[in-house]
Amino acid sequence: MAKDKILSFERALELFEPVLGFEVHIELGTKTKMFSSAPNEFGSEPNTNITPVDLGLPGTLPVVNEQAVRYSISLGLALGCEIAETSSFARKNYFYPDMTKNYQITQSDQPIAYDGSVEVELADGTIYHVPIERAHMEEDAGKLTHVGGSAGRIQGASASLVDYNRAGVPLVEIVTRPIFGAEHNAPELAKAYVAVVREIAISLGISEARMERGNLRCDANVSLRPRGQEKLGTRTETKNVNSLRSVERAVRYEIQRQAAILEAGGTITQETRHWHEDTGTTSAGRPKSDADDYRYFPEPDLLPVVPGRELIEQLRSELPEAPAARNRRLKGEWGFTDLEFQDVVNGGLLAEISATVAAGATAQAARKWWTGEISRIANTQGVDAASLISPENVAATAKLVEAGTLTDKLARQVIEGVIAGEGSPQEVVDARGLAVVSDDGALIAAIDEALAAQPDILEKLREGKVQAAGAVIGAVMKAMKGQADAARVRELLLERAAQA
Amino acid sequence: MSEITPELVTHLASLSRIDLSPDEIASLTTELGQIVDSIAKVSEVATAEVPATSHPIPLTNALRADVVGETLTQEQVLQNAPEQQDGKFVVTAILGEEQ
Repeated sequence: MAKDKILSFERALELFEPVLGFEVHIELGTKTKMFSSAPNEFGSEPNTNITPVDLGLPGTLPVVNEQAVRYSISLGLALGCEIAETSSFARKNYFYPDMTKNYQITQSDQPIAYDGSVEVELADGTIYHVPIERAHMEEDAGKLTHVGGSAGRIQGASASLVDYNRAGVPLVEIVTRPIFGAEHNAPELAKAYVAVVREIAISLGISEARMERGNLRCDANVSLRPRGQEKLGTRTETKNVNSLRSVERAVRYEIQRQAAILEAGGTITQETRHWHEDTGTTSAGRPKSDADDYRYFPEPDLLPVVPGRELIEQLRSELPEAPAARNRRLKGEWGFTDLEFQDVVNGGLLAEISATVAAGATAQAARKWWTGEISRIANTQGVDAASLISPENVAATAKLVEAGTLTDKLARQVIEGVIAGEGSPQEVVDARGLAVVSDDGALIAAIDEALAAQPDILEKLREGKVQAAGAVIGAVMKAMKGQADAARVRELLLERAAQA
Repeated sequence: MSEITPELVTHLASLSRIDLSPDEIASLTTELGQIVDSIAKVSEVATAEVPATSHPIPLTNALRADVVGETLTQEQVLQNAPEQQDGKFVVTAILGEEQ
């Protein structure tokens, strides 16, 4: 595949104004599917979370999940939307084996929620209000695995395997209006917007919103228009953007790629593009064409949903704080500096740190681990930090440090072990034998050994040359394979020097 | 009066994954045209005040509690599959993508 030319980001921004748009799909964490009583579970044996409704067998009728409606209304309210007095379902017709019915039940003319706005704050404090066009309910499709071709890619595959466990899982699709004025902040705004939507979903408790599992999926629309031009440019829709950092990278890449084409006098094809995490590029998918003629029509099997003012007001009263307000509060509670808090927001780690603090870690320890070691490993692996380790395990590790069982250095190995799948922090400590040597006798023995090798040091210490302690502490730490508390070694050494 | 053209019928056939011969396209163009014309008469009386009849029975909120019910076994799910592998349906690979 020929590599696309790209223009430098700065030059692209000089010539063109980027206009963004997002479609975010969130899988709701209900117990059952949208229209059937099959369990909504991730990771089950293939084709077992299935009822006749999910297979679209003749004679079956879908019935709307009440909890999914409540969750959708809560989400709509949290996105600042109006809730429809009457909301109805429609059939989106298409032929693809991820749905047995040859249509997806979704909402067309009467979405459950519409006309909202989400406040998004960037690292430098700039605030954007992202306009929400609608949030509608629909069902997820089955999962296809392409086999036989090159490396599981769609191109060249000879057959596909279909698992319908995911078919019918409740989804809310959140569609923005075109977002103007992001300019050079466009990539960051893209990431920050998705992070805020994810935080909202998590704080409402309506979805685990784990991007690596596909609980939350983002399609990013990007178009460019020459400076001074009113008319919007042709847009592309980038799919398969499955982490927060990918959202940012994909938007930046599309801006640069489209700018190169436009600058050379070319035209943008309206098409779906696939994001490739490994190369950091997008490639052309299917062009928008006749096949996108979905022939929507009202779903005759489902009655309209009329939520009622009372329910809406009840759900409104139960809403958690808006993320922006909550952020201001948390920053105060946690005592973070502006810079520290920005790091957390940038990393999309607010929910993780909240959960880690809730699990018993101090705010500073939670911040240090998530923005430090865990983010470092996440960057190396090209994944989101949240996908690597649970807040409970981070808190457990932090508590081991606090109790003196682990030094920071050892704790890093524990985090590494947990991420590598070696079990809970305690299990990693036990299996790797990582606990700090807290036996003073063993430490004193190691100190004496080190002193015997460097006899002049005791003399220097007695003369008040405290910096001489370093060499002994280093030797003891080495002898203890790093599993000693350096501060304690220093104390013991100075005590030794004071004696005799 | 009808807006049904051979091009539209060809397009609908392709959307429906139906292979039509030129003769069939010609006859369907005429037939679909007549059907659409007949139904169009409804528009003459259906003014803006007449509500849509996609749901003619005045019922709403047929909702279900979020409680897990009975499911099919994997064997039952796959019993009519022409081909299966690893507990999944095998289908011809289609150049395309998930919707």
